[in-house]
Amino acid sequence: MRIAIVGCGAVGSLFAANLSLLEDVEVWAYDLAQDHVDAINRDGLRLSGAGEVLGRPRATSDPAELPPCDFGIVLTKAMHTESAIAATAHAFADGSVCTVQNGVGNEEVLAAHVDRVIRGTTFPAGHIVAPGHVQWDVKGDTTIGPFEPKPAPTAEIERLADACTRAGMPTHAVPDARGAQWRKVIFNSATNPIGALTRLTHGQACELPQLRALISGLVDEGKAVAAAQEIVLDADPEELIDHAAKPEVAYGHKASMLQDVLAERQTEIDWLNGGIVRYGEQAGVPTPLNRAIWALVKGLEQSW
Amino acid sequence: MISRVCVVGAGVIGSLFAGHLARVAEVSVLTRRQEHAASLNADGLRISGRSDFTARLVASPDPASLPEPDLVIVACKGTDLESVAARLEGHFPGAVVMTVQNGLGAEEIVRRFGAWPLVSGVTFMSGTRHGDAHVEYILDTETWVGPYGDTPEAVPVEIAELIRASGLKAEAFPDLRPAQWSKLIFNATVNAVAALTGLPHDPHFAAEEQLSDLGFLVHDLIEEGKRVAAAAGIPLREDPWEMNVLATRRGSAHYPSMLEDVEAHRPTEIELITGALVREAERHGVEAPLHTAMYRLVTAKEASYS
Repeated sequence: MRIAIVGCGAVGSLFAANLSLLEDVEVWAYDLAQDHVDAINRDGLRLSGAGEVLGRPRATSDPAELPPCDFGIVLTKAMHTESAIAATAHAFADGSVCTVQNGVGNEEVLAAHVDRVIRGTTFPAGHIVAPGHVQWDVKGDTTIGPFEPKPAPTAEIERLADACTRAGMPTHAVPDARGAQWRKVIFNSATNPIGALTRLTHGQACELPQLRALISGLVDEGKAVAAAQEIVLDADPEELIDHAAKPEVAYGHKASMLQDVLAERQTEIDWLNGGIVRYGEQAGVPTPLNRAIWALVKGLEQSW
Repeated sequence: MISRVCVVGAGVIGSLFAGHLARVAEVSVLTRRQEHAASLNADGLRISGRSDFTARLVASPDPASLPEPDLVIVACKGTDLESVAARLEGHFPGAVVMTVQNGLGAEEIVRRFGAWPLVSGVTFMSGTRHGDAHVEYILDTETWVGPYGDTPEAVPVEIAELIRASGLKAEAFPDLRPAQWSKLIFNATVNAVAALTGLPHDPHFAAEEQLSDLGFLVHDLIEEGKRVAAAAGIPLREDPWEMNVLATRRGSAHYPSMLEDVEAHRPTEIELITGALVREAERHGVEAPLHTAMYRLVTAKEASYS
C-alpha cells in the first residue's frame, strides 16, 4: 500500500512518521517547506513527546515526483487545500483522498480534483520543533467516512483506518463521519478565535464566566447548524471544551489561531466560523455570533 | 457670569479646553502629578495644530490651592473619573461641574462626591499630546453640552458661548441625551471593534461586500444600539452609521483611544461605554447579544494583560 501525506506539517508528520514504520506501507511526504523535506530525507522524521518515533518516509516538495498512490491524507492548512490537491491529484487517479484537516469545506475542494473522497477529523496535536523533528503534544483518535457526493468505497476507507490504527494512530471507519467532524469544527470555532482575539490561553478563557458564556453561545449556534443538516454529533463539544481546560490537558495551550495571529499569518477562520455561517445560511439558521467573530478575525488579519 | 474655570485632568481634551479658555477666562488646572503642574506654571501650555499659541494658567495637584472657580470641567478619562471626582469632594461649592467623558454615567459618579449643579458634555475634539505642556489640536469638531438633573438650561447655554468665544466649537441643547446616545452607540461600536481587530477607524468599518466584511458587523452593532435607544425612549440626534461612514472617509484614519489603551495594556473605558449600553439594554428589556459579546471580549482582553 502506498500513502502520500499531502502537507507534512506537525499533524501530517505524526501520520507520516508512524505509518512509515509499517512494513506493508510505503509513505511519501509532500510538503513545500524544503528544509523540512531535506531533513526528513537526510535524517528521517523524528517524533518526540507522546511517542518516540524515527520514521523514514520519502519526502519531496516536487509533486511530479509522487508515484501513483492508493491513498492521500491531506493535512495542509485549509487555505492551501486547493493548491495542494491541484498539484498532486495525478498521484490519486486510481486512489482515494482523505482529509482530516480543520474546518468544513475541504472535502468539496478535493472532490473538484479527485473522484474518491474520504471526510474525516483528527484530534492528535503537535508542533514542529525543527526541520525533521516534531513534538507530539497529545495523542487522539481519528474518525473517517465517505464524502457522500463522491465517496471512496467502504472497503478502502476500512483499509486506511486499519493501517493508521496498526501504526499507532487509532482510526475509526464510520458510515457518517460528519458527527465527529462537526464536533471538532464547533469546538475549534468556539475556542480558537477567542484565544486569537483576547490573547488568553484555552484554560484562562474558560475561567472567565462572561467569556465562557460567549463560547457557549458560539457552540449553540454551531449545534443548531449541525442539527439543521441532520448531523448527529458524536459527543457534546462542551465536554471537549471543559476537558481541554483542565490543567493536565490543555489549560496553557495557545490555540493555533492565536499562534497564527502572533506570527501575523492568515488564519483558518474562513473554514471554521466562516464555514458555520455559510452552512447556516444554506440551512436557514441564523449565526450572528459566529458571523461577528468571523468579521473580527478577518479585521485582525487586515490590520497587518 | 463665568470668569474663572478649573479644568480637572490635563490630558489631550483637558489641555485643549484649558488652553483655549485661558484666552477668555481665568483658567486653573488640577493635575494628578506635581511635575505636570510645575511644567504648566513655568512654561504655560502650548497649543499647536489648528490653533497656535501659548496660554498662561495656574496649575496644582492640590484643589485647595487653586482659585475658587465658577465652572469646573472634569476632562479625565472615564477610567480615572471616580478617583478624580473623589479629590473634588468638599471643594468648589459655588461651581457648576461639567463632565465630558465617553459613554454614559459620568454625571452619576461625580454626583456621589458633591451637590454641584451638573452639566453633561460630549466632545468630538481630538488632539495629540507632545508633552506635559504641549498639545496639538487635530480635529476641530464640536463639543455639545446640556443640563443634567435640575440645572437650568441657561447654564449650558452660557458655557457653550464661552467655549465658542475661546475659539473652539460648541453647541448647547435643552436635552443632551439624543446627542450623548448617538455618540455612545458610535463609540460602543467603533472603539470595541478597533480594540479587538487592531484596525484604526478606516474604510474597513464601512465595507459591506463580502459576507465576512467588517461593515456588516459595524452595521449590526449600530442597529442593536439603536434598538436600545428606542427602548429607552431616546430619539437620536445623528445616525451613528452615517457618523461612521463619514469618519472613515476623512482620509487620515483615527486611532480610537480604546485601541491605544489595549496596545499599551491600559484599562479601557469599556465599562462606561459598551458596559453602559448593555446595562441599559437589560434595564429596558431588549436583547443586545452583539454588544454583550464585544463587552465580554474586550474585558477578557484586559484580563490578558497580567
